[in-house]
Amino acid sequence: MKVNGIEYPSPGASRRLLSDHLRHDLGLTGTHVGCEHGVCGCCTVLLDGAPVRSCLMLAVQAEGHDVMTIEGLAGDGQALHPVQQAFHECHGLQCGFCTPGFVMSVVGLLAQHPNPNVQEIDEGIAGNLCRCTGYASIRRAVKRAAELSPSPLRAEGRGEGGT
Amino acid sequence: MTTRWFGAPVQRVEDDRLLRGHGRFTDDIGEGALECCFVRSPYAHARIRSIDTSAAREMPGVVAVYTAADLPFGGLDLPLLIPHPNLTHGRTQRCLASEIVRYAGEAVAFVVAADRYAAEDAAELVAVDYDPLPVVVTPEAGARADHLVHDDVPGNVAAEMLQEVGDVDAAMRSAPRRKQLRFRYERGAASPMEGRAVWARWSAAEHKLTVYDSTQSPTSIRGGLAVLFGLPESNVEVIAPDVGGGFGPKIMLFYPDELLVPFAAMQLGRPVKWTEDRQEHFTAVNQERGQVHEVEVGFDDSGRVLALSDDFVHDGGAYTPYGIILPIITAGQVPGPYRIPNYRVRFRDVYTNATPTSPYRGAGRPHACFVMERSLDFIASELGLDRAEVRRRNLIQADQFPYDVGVAWQDGNTVVYDSGDYPRLLERALEMLGPKPPGDHVGMGLGIYVEGTGVGPYEGAHVQVLVSGKVVAATGIPSQGQAHATVWAQVVADELGVDVKDVVVSSGDTRRFSWGVGTFASRGAVTAGNAMHVAARMVATKAKQIAAEQLEANPDDLELVGGRVRVKGSTDRGIPLAAVAVLSNPVRYAFGGGTEAATQFASKPRSGPPLHGGEEPGLEATGYYSPPGSTWASGCHAAYVRVDPRTFRLEILKYVVVHDCGRVINPLVLQGQIEGGVAQGIGGAFYERLAYDADGQLRNASFMEFLIPYATEIPPIEIDHFETPSPLNPLGVKGAGEAGVIPVGAVIASAIEEALGIPIAEMPLSPLKLFELSMLKR
Ligand code: FES
Ligand code: FES
Repeated sequence: MKVNGIEYPSPGASRRLLSDHLRHDLGLTGTHVGCEHGVCGCCTVLLDGAPVRSCLMLAVQAEGHDVMTIEGLAGDGQALHPVQQAFHECHGLQCGFCTPGFVMSVVGLLAQHPNPNVQEIDEGIAGNLCRCTGYASIRRAVKRAAELSPSPLRAEGRGEGGT
Repeated sequence: MTTRWFGAPVQRVEDDRLLRGHGRFTDDIGEGALECCFVRSPYAHARIRSIDTSAAREMPGVVAVYTAADLPFGGLDLPLLIPHPNLTHGRTQRCLASEIVRYAGEAVAFVVAADRYAAEDAAELVAVDYDPLPVVVTPEAGARADHLVHDDVPGNVAAEMLQEVGDVDAAMRSAPRRKQLRFRYERGAASPMEGRAVWARWSAAEHKLTVYDSTQSPTSIRGGLAVLFGLPESNVEVIAPDVGGGFGPKIMLFYPDELLVPFAAMQLGRPVKWTEDRQEHFTAVNQERGQVHEVEVGFDDSGRVLALSDDFVHDGGAYTPYGIILPIITAGQVPGPYRIPNYRVRFRDVYTNATPTSPYRGAGRPHACFVMERSLDFIASELGLDRAEVRRRNLIQADQFPYDVGVAWQDGNTVVYDSGDYPRLLERALEMLGPKPPGDHVGMGLGIYVEGTGVGPYEGAHVQVLVSGKVVAATGIPSQGQAHATVWAQVVADELGVDVKDVVVSSGDTRRFSWGVGTFASRGAVTAGNAMHVAARMVATKAKQIAAEQLEANPDDLELVGGRVRVKGSTDRGIPLAAVAVLSNPVRYAFGGGTEAATQFASKPRSGPPLHGGEEPGLEATGYYSPPGSTWASGCHAAYVRVDPRTFRLEILKYVVVHDCGRVINPLVLQGQIEGGVAQGIGGAFYERLAYDADGQLRNASFMEFLIPYATEIPPIEIDHFETPSPLNPLGVKGAGEAGVIPVGAVIASAIEEALGIPIAEMPLSPLKLFELSMLKR
């Protein structure tokens, strides 16, 4: 499987979860595990561009696919990805444990809705739990991320946004 | 120009690495650590007949299996953290149970293996033969002593405490109106997104134990481990790295793993790690909030409360490791912001066959607030008065501070409010709330609260200016997301006249600062914040003294501005703070420059040895702050909700918060604390319920069934602040960590009561509960 653009050898044990494989075999510990039963969304990564819960997949199921984790969004020393930047500007994180999952979900959300309205924002992040922020700052961060993201659709004035 | 960082919405300095996935949480630390799994009791109460670990030990990959018999401290009761004279029958569990288990989830055996997968497989092979015993689950059953949780604790009563201010019986007798009310609050769970985890390494060569622990109190963990293992404290280092939320249960110590992981690491000579899974978090981590209150309130026709008597049972769970802090807080906080001239409160802390209790964000306060606010709502409806008006008539006035409530507080003092303006909170909240939206089944809810924050005994801080001019600061208490690194930097930057980005803060690492207590009770800003202020001021004073010699000026005429020490207002008579740091240490720095000023051949502004008596090298200082008493924050929440009369779905139409926590260090951070707290309050009021069955089994130990709100359940929250500074501490700050959560249950109950016209006397609610209550009414 490819993770953040790098080809890795097959995971060893067939029962190894993708989340454990990423964290403990590849050392990509930015993907977090909050429940291991598919509810909290802390473990969200992109599989071929779409958000999935890595705790609900076996690592072997990801073979032949492209996985993107939080570490792949912005290289070391490079500027933050617009979604990361927006979370920073809007105080969209406190403890930061849920954050990689949220960021990956929002990257997925903005790919679908480059300029999401209020309802699309709530639905786009409604698969992720955060116990610290109460979500208000995360909603602000999603709006801000849409502004910061280069979006050809918005330039054409498709007018998807608004409240 | 002087920049003032205190009070500015400074963006967080801790974000960058967390956003890039470079945070460092305990489970992120590997280093070839062995991994562990507990065998936990499936019964809420049972005698252990036998434990057979032989099959587990033979599993490939298994390195060790421990039961109580294998531990040198296996026969030791775990510490009772906060003893109290009224806690006559305190009991704590053993690290691993060997005779009796008293709650489902109590640890019985501990497996160490090559990885977690192997450890879990082996744990399933540990054969424990149990003889089930009868259980008591609810606080009522515990208090009735249907069965005993501990054979030697009569009536299941761990503690009893009675306090009275004024003469309640006389006042009640003469009160024009009296009413008995009963309120019930169920257990809740903090559920931080990161569960608990411990990683440990023993270095035989250095004779040193290193422990990473997702704790709210690394300093206390270190102290305990040093005693237990017979090591000098200097040979034990405990670090709370990034911690994924705490909200109270991580202040509890010691959980069994906090002993077993270090012990196994020492025994096996390899790093060992244990990471909790979500299911065990639900039963193995302390909970809170179960209380039943029997209240009598006496009042007059104008709605003035003349007397209040509250007799409540606190569900302590199976053990009392945290003492009786929770019911003490409840007893102290029932009167809240109101003048209750005659107040009597008695509580019994009773054992039940359920997970032990210790503070969860709010810690005894949401239930206290619920009792008072619900009582006032009752008075209003009884007299046909406006709910706000009844509150107006009972509130403590702004000119009545300090206000002595006269009952005991958690720090050993009595409850004395230091400052505030409660009527203003109420009026502002009503103004923000505005007129009621049209429509049926819409209700208004209102709740005012006070919060004792910033309890002692103390915290400390170390602040140092490096020869680069950068500043490092450290304190003992860890952060679980409260942006300590940002807010402490603001406090320090102001004192030293440097940019906030030039201050790097470390917290919760005993290698950097080994004294302190912990992050709990909304005390960080008050205790550690003021300690930072004290230490930074000491450094500033020292910098002025050193610079004064160089500048041939009086230290009193100097100021620290823009990274320099200069003569007040002067642009040319000054020296960089970096140079002062060099001068403060009369040796040679190979790198970094400035050495010419500090060699023995430099021209000396004064005679004698480089360090005079009492002087210390380095531009650094360690300072402490110990509060004289708690400082009291306060707030008012108000809301409009709509309840669907057929589905009983809750829709929060508007939610406003007015909050006063003294001087605000960082409004962004404060806003986050309030928003997060209200969301937790809404979860606890309507969505989250720990469903214990009659056998003491938690039937919904997963996020599938224990419904923490998603964004779709949490409305936007409108917040306003004003500041009545605390007179008790130099910064004038009060705590804010728990504020958001405290009155939410009372507010939601009040609003739903009005929306549906059914009396609400319990928490949590749910669509099902509202359906049941509405059937009762018919
Ligand atoms: S860890 Fe995967 S959804 Fe919670
Ligand atoms: S920031 Fe802590 S769980 Fe979201």
